[in-house]
Amino acid sequence: MNTLVCLLQSRKMVEEGSTLMRRMEICVAEAEKRSGKNAVSMQETFTVYLIETRPMDAVAEGHNPAPDCLWRRYSEFELLRNYLIVTYPYIVVPPLPEKRAEFVWHKLSADNMDPDFVERRRVGLENFLLRVASHPVLCNDKILCYFLTEEHGWKEAVYETGFQAKADSRLRALSATFRVRNPDKCFMEMKHYSDELQSHTSQLLRARARVADRLYGVFKVHGNYGRVFSEWSAIEKEMGDGLQSAGHHMDAYAASIDDILEEEEHYADQLKEYLFYAEALRAVCRKHELTQFELEMASQDLISKKQQREELATGIVRTFSFKGMTNKLFGQEAPEQREARLKLLEDLIAEGEETVKEKTIERAEHVEKAWVDIQRFKEQKDKDLREALINYAVMQISMCKKGIQVWSNAKECFLKM
Amino acid sequence: MSISAPRGLASSGQKPITEILHPLSAAEEPLSPGPDVTVSGGRDKEVGLTNGTPVETPSPASASVLFNRLQLDDDLDSDGRDPYADTETHDLFVTVDDPKKHVSTMETYITYRVSTKTTRIEFDLPDYSVRRRYQDFDWLRTKLEDSQPTHLIPPLPEKFVMKGVVDRFSEEFVETRMKALDKFLKRVADHPVLSFNPHLNAFLSAKDLNKRQGLALLSKVGESVKNVAGGYKLRVRPPEFCAMGEYLDTFNQKLGTIDRIAQRILKEQSEYLTELREYGTVYASWAGSEEELQRPLEGVAGCVTTCCGALEDMSENMGQDFLPVLREYILYIESMKNVLRKRDQSQAEYEGRLEAAVLRKQEDRTPIPAEVEKCQDKMECFNADLKADWERWQSNKRQDFKQLLTGMADKNVTHYEKCQAAWESLITLLQDKQTEDKTRTSVMSLLEGRVFIQIFPGQTSSTPNASLFLSSSRQRGFAHEDKI
Repeated sequence: MNTLVCLLQSRKMVEEGSTLMRRMEICVAEAEKRSGKNAVSMQETFTVYLIETRPMDAVAEGHNPAPDCLWRRYSEFELLRNYLIVTYPYIVVPPLPEKRAEFVWHKLSADNMDPDFVERRRVGLENFLLRVASHPVLCNDKILCYFLTEEHGWKEAVYETGFQAKADSRLRALSATFRVRNPDKCFMEMKHYSDELQSHTSQLLRARARVADRLYGVFKVHGNYGRVFSEWSAIEKEMGDGLQSAGHHMDAYAASIDDILEEEEHYADQLKEYLFYAEALRAVCRKHELTQFELEMASQDLISKKQQREELATGIVRTFSFKGMTNKLFGQEAPEQREARLKLLEDLIAEGEETVKEKTIERAEHVEKAWVDIQRFKEQKDKDLREALINYAVMQISMCKKGIQVWSNAKECFLKM
Repeated sequence: MSISAPRGLASSGQKPITEILHPLSAAEEPLSPGPDVTVSGGRDKEVGLTNGTPVETPSPASASVLFNRLQLDDDLDSDGRDPYADTETHDLFVTVDDPKKHVSTMETYITYRVSTKTTRIEFDLPDYSVRRRYQDFDWLRTKLEDSQPTHLIPPLPEKFVMKGVVDRFSEEFVETRMKALDKFLKRVADHPVLSFNPHLNAFLSAKDLNKRQGLALLSKVGESVKNVAGGYKLRVRPPEFCAMGEYLDTFNQKLGTIDRIAQRILKEQSEYLTELREYGTVYASWAGSEEELQRPLEGVAGCVTTCCGALEDMSENMGQDFLPVLREYILYIESMKNVLRKRDQSQAEYEGRLEAAVLRKQEDRTPIPAEVEKCQDKMECFNADLKADWERWQSNKRQDFKQLLTGMADKNVTHYEKCQAAWESLITLLQDKQTEDKTRTSVMSLLEGRVFIQIFPGQTSSTPNASLFLSSSRQRGFAHEDKI
């Protein structure tokens, strides 16, 4: 029965979810440098990104209305994402592109103002918005809508939601991880998987950067052949022309690596997205630990209160209690006091039972919704990464073809020597 | 590259050198007549040869035939024929192969089989097969240098190897050395003058190479050049020899640079290979924690491994075939410079003696001694030999480097072809899986008492509390493989 409910629910989400994407065409069109005063009144330079939106039906009908547009900077995207994480703790929230360039190989700069970096970030931000807008649950969020449509006043609206107060304190989350007794096995396995995913993608990114570095060296050294063949051709009669032309091909070969590695950066960006996705996945699992832990705590609390009531009612002390001690030392209390205490306990127990009910529902809801989204994420991940691998293979083939071309050309020249 | 039938060395006999056709320059005169070689069209039956081979003097008519043949040879060579195949002197074939290790109480060394096939009368038998070690080759070269100082003797591979650094008995080293020895011997056998050297004969045919026995068949020219009195200083080197010297210097420099570049590339490639291997293993280990992505990731790991193998092969080939040839030419250049120096000495001696004789003649009318003429003969002989050998060397060099560089290009192309094939087969694999997923029909599988329903486009649902969810998904993966 549970299964069927899940099924129907996810189907409904898929249908609903398409709404935002169907309604709007979204893109991050440009990036610009701005200067302004920051929070501590210091002058700073930052980049803003132009978000353009257009109603989809207009486009479908062939009209071409001017898009609505507004400018946002990276920190605003961060704010939006933080809001989504707190508000939807059962959703694996799509990640933002990295704040600072990491996993760079030596030629790429780690400078945030570098135009290539800014361009790749623009693409990453667009990707983020598209993912969020096509998510069955997230796409309906009002704050997201305002982000895309209201340039001013958006920040106030976000803060007004009070999401910051709802955020779980890190300490609470951490202690839940350690002290929870019965977290769902599936979630624990998923959490373990998220660790693996993170570890593997980061390892891969680092290894790839090292490989890129070395490959760059190999190609560039071939450029030296170009120079020496040219010098050598000067002292040769019949061999001169062939050598000279071959030298040019060697130069071309050495230069070709720049484009090759630039293209590979796109692949690296795809890997990075899932590196950061792994963290989002882990966050959902930890939220489960937290809800489970809070339920356990609430249940435990209720049990101990009930025990106290029993002790008070029957007068039998089963466990050590301060009251028991004071009773022994100072004599039993008066019946009115006992009545008062019992009444208090009953109230607390009633409250406690409510809490346990709440926590149980909270936990169950989270488990249900989170599991659905985790499945969705899993499929998306499998599909995306497989496509990424295919594209990587295509890139490699293209590189091989270029190599064959250059060396065949060089061979032609050598044969004419 | 073709030359006329071999002649012996022009000896300082009855005719002045200017009237004797030089054996090597006969065919090349139509192409590039040098300033101090006179073309003589007449027949010359009086030149004696050390080995009795009949002399064939080309007339101007046949010179053009030779010229045409030369052209044809070039074309054939560019088709990849053996550059050492000589259309005219196809009567001496040598091969070096079959390395074997010999262990004795005193030392361990390698011998090579030297096989000879010949129709020449100088040899008693048509076939020979002897075993020689490096020392023997070295002996041969020294003897050739001594007995034919006016000629360019091909170089041997390096004699000394650092015992700790290089393994003298490794397959690789022995293979490389053997190829170089083979080349050396082939070049000598192809040389119209050197191939008739009696020391070569002994080397190829004698059962026991008794190196201490001096074979007393040195030509007069050889002897006299060896006994050049020292102390004569060359004033001006003729321009054509200057050009040779300059060319050798520059060429030497360029070869050195190319050697360094090639070594650097090998080093960079080796470091790249290390990182690439590591890169492949990361994909493989990631595959371990994935289900659907396991095969694609393993596929990528496999491709990377294939590329590593292809790169390794190429690097090995470059090390074995490319670098040794470069080094060999550097050695060749060294020995050529030596020959140039000796030529300078010979010219210096002649000019010195001539000057002295002229002065004496002016003083007391003493006629110029025959000695001076002898010196002149020697010098002119030397010049002619050297020039002819130089042309030959240039031609060989062109073929060798054409082959070498084309080989390098080929190896790179092959490497990329291998890599491309690997990646293309991976794409086929990955794309097949993709289309298969899209057309998957709903399947009901009974797994450990739980029922899973699969729905398009591959969404699965089950109770989250099913603790066996993940493991059963893996089993689902296996079910797909059955369909493939």
